Amino acid sequence: MKVKTMLTAAGLVVLAWTGMASAQVPATTPPVATAAANPAGAPPQVAASAGAAPSASASPAATSVSAPAVKAPIPEFYAPTPGIGQPTDRIGLQPQVTSNGAYAAWFHDGLLLPIITVISLLVLALLLWVTVRYNRRANASPSRTSHNTTIEIIWTVAPVLVLLAIAVPSIKLLARQYSTPKPDLTVKVIGHQWYWSYQYPDNGDFEVVSNILTPEQDKAKGEPRQLGVDARMVVPAGAIVKVITTSDDVIHSFAVPAFWIKMDAVPGRLNETWFKVDRPGVYYGQCSELCGARHGYMPIAVEVVRPDQFAQWVKANGGTMGGKPKPAEVAANAGAAPASPTPSATGAAPAASVSPATATN
Amino acid sequence: MTDTTANAHFFHKEEHHDHHGADHKPAFFVRWFLSTNHKDIGTLYLIFAICAGIIGGAISGLMRAELAEPGIQYLPALAQFFHGPVGNDAALHFWNVMVTAHGLIMVFFMVMPAMIGGFGNWFVPIMIGAPDMAFPRMNNVSFWLLVPAFLLLMGSVFVSGGTGDGAGTGWTLYAPLSTSGSSGPSVDMVILALHLAGASSILGAINFITTIFNMRAPGMTLHKMPLFVWSVLVTAFLLLLALPVLAAAITMLLTDRNFGTTFFDAAGGGDPVLFQHLFWFFGHPEVYIMILPGFGMVSQIIATFSKKPVFGYLGMAYAMVAIGVVGFVVWAHHMYTTGLDVNTKMYFTAATMVIAVPTGIKIFSWIATMWGGSIDFRVPMVWALGFIFMFTVGGVTGVVLANGGIDNYMQDTYYVVAHFHYVLSLGAVFSLFAGFYYWFPKMSGRMYNELLGHVHFWVFFAGVNMLFFPMHFLGLQGMPRRIPDYPDAFAHWNSIASHGYEVMAASMIVFFANILWSLFAGKKAPANPWGEGATTLEWTLSSPPPYHQFETLPRID
Repeated sequence: MKVKTMLTAAGLVVLAWTGMASAQVPATTPPVATAAANPAGAPPQVAASAGAAPSASASPAATSVSAPAVKAPIPEFYAPTPGIGQPTDRIGLQPQVTSNGAYAAWFHDGLLLPIITVISLLVLALLLWVTVRYNRRANASPSRTSHNTTIEIIWTVAPVLVLLAIAVPSIKLLARQYSTPKPDLTVKVIGHQWYWSYQYPDNGDFEVVSNILTPEQDKAKGEPRQLGVDARMVVPAGAIVKVITTSDDVIHSFAVPAFWIKMDAVPGRLNETWFKVDRPGVYYGQCSELCGARHGYMPIAVEVVRPDQFAQWVKANGGTMGGKPKPAEVAANAGAAPASPTPSATGAAPAASVSPATATN
Repeated sequence: MTDTTANAHFFHKEEHHDHHGADHKPAFFVRWFLSTNHKDIGTLYLIFAICAGIIGGAISGLMRAELAEPGIQYLPALAQFFHGPVGNDAALHFWNVMVTAHGLIMVFFMVMPAMIGGFGNWFVPIMIGAPDMAFPRMNNVSFWLLVPAFLLLMGSVFVSGGTGDGAGTGWTLYAPLSTSGSSGPSVDMVILALHLAGASSILGAINFITTIFNMRAPGMTLHKMPLFVWSVLVTAFLLLLALPVLAAAITMLLTDRNFGTTFFDAAGGGDPVLFQHLFWFFGHPEVYIMILPGFGMVSQIIATFSKKPVFGYLGMAYAMVAIGVVGFVVWAHHMYTTGLDVNTKMYFTAATMVIAVPTGIKIFSWIATMWGGSIDFRVPMVWALGFIFMFTVGGVTGVVLANGGIDNYMQDTYYVVAHFHYVLSLGAVFSLFAGFYYWFPKMSGRMYNELLGHVHFWVFFAGVNMLFFPMHFLGLQGMPRRIPDYPDAFAHWNSIASHGYEVMAASMIVFFANILWSLFAGKKAPANPWGEGATTLEWTLSSPPPYHQFETLPRID
């Protein structure tokens, strides 16, 4: 079985090396198909990820505070969950809540980390062995050996095989991240010095401006210090969210570790990435490209909500629900009444999707 | 065939007949300010690198102090100390100034001058049996270009860089933060500093290539050259090919900033990502420029103290050549999140991982060199051993980061900071200390103190691991680089890292005490303090070597 894996690995890498276009076809297509086939229920990779992704139905009841919007008219539905969507001081990756994140976390925790640990320990053991066995006292007369073709071939070929074993899931991960399934929602993320703004072209093109909270406000709201914002980026659970990033000054980087996404916001360019999160809740990130004085002070907070809550939030922002119907199964999963945002409900439906070419700032 | 042992009797006899005095030295000013002697210039480079290293290291100390606890503690006071009363944003900008200065100083003014300018100048001519470098006067120019470059960089801290004084762009100088994002002359001064430092390195590279190709003693074929000379040769080619690209990129920055061009401005048809391609086309070979001479030094040291010839000499030499070549075609792995095409990412992932193969050959060959040896654990040897293990740890996290898909999480986090400090601060710097202790008796004529050297090693080893290993954990939890304050969850490991810095700094006191003590009161060093294992030509000369060596060329069997 191992041999077979190696052979497959070798084949894929050779393909990737000789002709990128041809390698892309087998590598890219299957993830699209899987993702499109089950938009709702947890993809199999999530289950395999050693408890990294919580099931959609488990947490909302525990985390929902149903904040009755005291000051602002814009509702916030969820309080942060300790240990999910924000850093902790434990050792390891943040729990992943997207299928790509779960796959990548498996790749890191299940393959890369064991391999690099074994290699490091092997080198350490060899070093310790030579210091014990071949020190001046233990071995007074040094050998003059300076060649051994067999062993040189072994330590050239063995790393190649290890790298091939790494390359296959690595290339697969890249393909999965690249292929955006048909999006349910597009959010345009714009970096500014030093805050983020989020545009919702599918919902009347309103814009949410998101600034960091002061430590006192964080405390009052129960947000983690340095991560709380005054207006979150809100998306529906279970929806495929296409994120378009750009900037209106210098380069920023939109990053949410729990989603395993990070995409630079480059002025004059539109970059695209995507995520789909089933579990409602708040997920934090921070700007990840040096962007000037307050680079450390432009956090990202993504709130994943039930579709009906999303509709409520959009309405509160003066937007419209005219886009596409949201996957109803997710609403059921989350234990909520179906939101049923029928396309006909809104009169002046905005353009269903925004074309990147026209969405400039 | 790979034995580089010199026939010492041959030329020693000749030197005794040399009545013109190989040791006649010019007066102080002419000797040190108008120097054309490779050993004196090497010494100048080393002194320069130590001074720059102290400044760069002190800056990192200020940063670790600020990061020791969540919240902002010292930054406003620091900014005020340097710039007078400043606002909140200017104080935060000063953080970026420190980040930028630390990176630029350590790369351009500490590691490169020490490795190539210092040890390269000192020992490449001697190891190939040459009397001096091919272009001694150009050698002098190389060094003295570095001084104004450093002064420009230091001066840039005190003039406006946009939000506050000083250049806060990071050592990568990404546009448009370095163009429209930083008004004022500060970034211009940094660009000109890099121009000068780059010109200095290009001249040095030309000098080394010419020297190594044309001035080898009779019998010193390329395949008999010590591996340190090989490493400097490969490094010189990397410098020669990479630095002009940096020069072009920062010249374009300069014209974007001052003359209305828009190379990196999308509003004028340019592209900010173009700058990153140009920068990293230089920047990735640059990381091998910083480590390859260290590979060479470690090879010499391991062979010397194991009393064995280097295992797999040809494989070692050509592994460095391979690393140099492949190092030029992997640059975009620094740019996985900029919006690269997926095929591009796949290529750069695969190409980057290829570098692990020649690097693995080197690691295993070092171990095989020790295997069967009779190892003497003198101070240079323990540093070399430390180098091998720490470089391995830094190398394997490099394999993790090579994966484009992983970088959607790791890019610009402390995991990256941990990785490159393991290969540089624990890799390159360990090799620098190894080389320094190895050649200190040769350069100064005095033995260092063995006990203090061992204390320095163990305390430094503990300190830097305590400093940098927790950064992996911070990165795994997603802590971004280059921020002065962080969410409270990161406090624990940051606190440990800052304590690690204190331990490391304490070890440096031992180091400097050792140097000073040894220079004035150290035992006189014999020509070859290391015994039978030290077979390269420098050990056939007195310690310190005569002012001019090899007036009659040695002959290599």
